[in-house]
Amino acid sequence: MKESLVDIQNLDVRFTGARTVHAINDLTLNLGQGETLALLGESGSGKSVTLKTLLRLLPPKRTEIGGKIQVNGTDVLTLSGKALQQYRGAEVSMVFQEPALALDPVYSVGAQIAEAVRRHKGISRDEAMSTALDMLRRVRIPSPERRLRNFPHELSGGMLQRVMIALALACRPRLLLADEPTTALDATVQIQILLLLRELQREFGMGVIFVTHDIGVAVEVSERIAVMYAGQIVEEGTTQEVIKDPRHPYTRGLMAANLHGVARGERLNAIPGAPPSLETRPAACSFAPRCPLAEDACRATLPPVHVPSPRRRIACIHANAPVSAE
Amino acid sequence: MSVIDATVLPGPEAPIDKGGPNQPLLIVKDLKKHFPVRGGILGRNKVMVQAVDGVSFSVRKGETLGIVGESGCGKSTTARLIVGLIEKDAGEIIYDGEGLGDVLSLRDLRRGVQMVFQDSYASLNPRLTIEDSIAFGASVQGLSDPLGRAHSLMARVGLDPARFAQRYPHEISGGQRQRINIARALAMSPRLVVLDEAVSALDKSVEAQVLNLLADLRAELGLTYIFISHDLNVVRYISDRVLVMYLGEVVEVAPVDAIWARQAHPYSGSLFSAMPSMDPDTRTKKPPLTGDPPNPINPPSGCRFHTRCRYAEAVCKTRVPALQPIAAAPDHLAACHLHDLSSGHEKAGKEGLL
Repeated sequence: MKESLVDIQNLDVRFTGARTVHAINDLTLNLGQGETLALLGESGSGKSVTLKTLLRLLPPKRTEIGGKIQVNGTDVLTLSGKALQQYRGAEVSMVFQEPALALDPVYSVGAQIAEAVRRHKGISRDEAMSTALDMLRRVRIPSPERRLRNFPHELSGGMLQRVMIALALACRPRLLLADEPTTALDATVQIQILLLLRELQREFGMGVIFVTHDIGVAVEVSERIAVMYAGQIVEEGTTQEVIKDPRHPYTRGLMAANLHGVARGERLNAIPGAPPSLETRPAACSFAPRCPLAEDACRATLPPVHVPSPRRRIACIHANAPVSAE
Repeated sequence: MSVIDATVLPGPEAPIDKGGPNQPLLIVKDLKKHFPVRGGILGRNKVMVQAVDGVSFSVRKGETLGIVGESGCGKSTTARLIVGLIEKDAGEIIYDGEGLGDVLSLRDLRRGVQMVFQDSYASLNPRLTIEDSIAFGASVQGLSDPLGRAHSLMARVGLDPARFAQRYPHEISGGQRQRINIARALAMSPRLVVLDEAVSALDKSVEAQVLNLLADLRAELGLTYIFISHDLNVVRYISDRVLVMYLGEVVEVAPVDAIWARQAHPYSGSLFSAMPSMDPDTRTKKPPLTGDPPNPINPPSGCRFHTRCRYAEAVCKTRVPALQPIAAAPDHLAACHLHDLSSGHEKAGKEGLL
């Protein structure tokens, strides 16, 4: 592995309040410098919470966080005040799902990018504006000089997401977090943004954690995939390994549910039931109630983590079993 | 999924097949809907969004027609027009041989055509229990034993009436709510169900369960579906024929295997190749299209796709292409000058382009 960029050790995130939710349970994850990782999972699996924890965006009063997070050698969970401000944006930044909600409607897009640059770099307004212009050019926005003075409502969805990416990358972060950045976009625009992110990643050499529920999107952007279920990583490996040789029954179910190459009229191999509510911390395999291979041991204790090769892991008792021809 | 005793289901109240088996269940002719939006100073200048502009197609009995397209292409407006949720500006809707408005009343149309929406929560009344929601339509239509119907339908879609009948929509999960919406649509024993992005908001694993349910119901009750989705894999799985829309117009209609093998319209081609690859070894190299779809307020002249089409020529800017069968297959229709030898397009009729 290349030099470490993100090192998450035994992360627990629990939301307290009217009801308790164990959103992340004992999550360990590593990312090297310049690597792209897709966090793949369904709603409620904890993928967005992981990103927000990395940026310390969760409400402190209602969140209990345990474990350790290091990004580029910085201990993220102890940051506060100025150091936290400097960390957000300069070291790590984020692209959200709805650019129209993430941008401020009363400032031009150029002013918003320039503001971020001035905050972090302390340069003059003019210099910051020219950085903003350069960023719009890099995200391939046509006629960037004119777009610099546009307000968010004057831009289309795809264009706004490009602006959002320009804003996130303006201070050259080492790590980019992307939370379903193409889910709200049309198909023909989605593929443009995915390819743009791929190019920019190569150009800037940053690490990327890309949250998505769409396997196809994960395949297009990432070199590694981590599959999440009920606040835990159930399977991790390179994109090739996870897609071509999925070992966890949940990953296999997801692949089947993607309908790729399923004949018309054929019955779908659907995963029965629904994800658990996570009101209590899982003491056994969370997927066992829905798993076709579940046995008593799965319901009794947490599953063992198999590590067939370095940086490949599967949290399942059946990980070594031959893949059945379902 | 638990197996449910199908005998408890109230048999569809013998739909009278008025038009005979060869009469398409639904014919839509030259349907138009333009929405006014305010523009200019004080909102005096009225501008029109041409949401649906001259859409024609037919749905045969027992088939599933998939409608695909990007946001703003008019697929949802088309669905709402068919169910009579919004009034059409022009055009005809013919249900089993009877035109809406002249022979067929809206009330009768809704006995036969029902709809399931994308947002499972917003489409249920939060103050009604689930059994009341399902029974409501049936009691309005004066059908016998609405509550009994509701219970057997709940069992049919895989929700135990004893556990769920008294619950409210916020007390159940998204997948369960969408099952309730399907049960509600079926309470009238309709023959055509319009599914507008009905599985799009669900998680993949739950989506597969609902698709299985839809396939079972179609086989058991002899239903006809119009299935609207932006997910081409889902459309391929469930549809017999596919209709592609762009900016309020139909650009291509074809049997599902034919259009998967060969997209006759350049827009369909781009839409299909914009699907993310599922193979890490053959990732997409170049986006098929640049830019976003144009604004439907002032759609481009001539062929509405000419602003983004790589084959566009002068004729595409001026003349609107007609939707007609392509040379290779009579049931494969496309609206593109490339397939019309008399269009004056230089590359018209040349093989291997698309």
